[in-house]
Amino acid sequence: MRETVLRSRSAGLAILPAIMLAGCINIDAPNEPIVIELNINIRQEVIYRLAEDAASTIEENEDIF
Amino acid sequence: MHNAIRMIAGRKVMLAGAAAVMLAAGLATPLLAQRDPAYDAARSSGNIGEKMDGYLGIVGATTPDLKRLVDDINIKRRAVYAARAQENNATLEEYAISAGCQLVLKTVPGEKYQAPDGAWHTRTAEPPVRDPRCG
Repeated sequence: MRETVLRSRSAGLAILPAIMLAGCINIDAPNEPIVIELNINIRQEVIYRLAEDAASTIEENEDIF
Repeated sequence: MHNAIRMIAGRKVMLAGAAAVMLAAGLATPLLAQRDPAYDAARSSGNIGEKMDGYLGIVGATTPDLKRLVDDINIKRRAVYAARAQENNATLEEYAISAGCQLVLKTVPGEKYQAPDGAWHTRTAEPPVRDPRCG
């Protein structure tokens, strides 16, 4: 029983460098610009979706636009 | 007997509905009214301009009259945005920005609008400088 635990532990330790390496690659990639771009895309989509309704709202309320 | 009562009740509902439609039409008329002359003048003189966020802003020095004018219209705009945003399952901010994109585009030469960097620009015959999200 104890041996199994030890074996699985060593197996885990063997995988660990691979995980760490993968982690390193991710960290090296430029994360931030990707996040911002996604954010812009989401908002642009929303703006686009609302455009038609907003246009008629502006037309129907001429006195305040 | 029951059917007769139901029919009368139905007619009453229809009459109430017709009255509501007439009332709504009556209320809608002032909404279609033209701009207040003071508002039009402040726009064309460049004292106020369209911001990217869908609201009006004061371009130069703030005066009590300009502040009152801008606040009054912005409060009304906000109420309209809020109602429409709710109807479209959007946030107030999202709806206001979507309107702002179009309001900047709708400015006529000589009027002021806010560019994405926050600076006030005077609209020319060229297309306005807008937020890239405006599409």
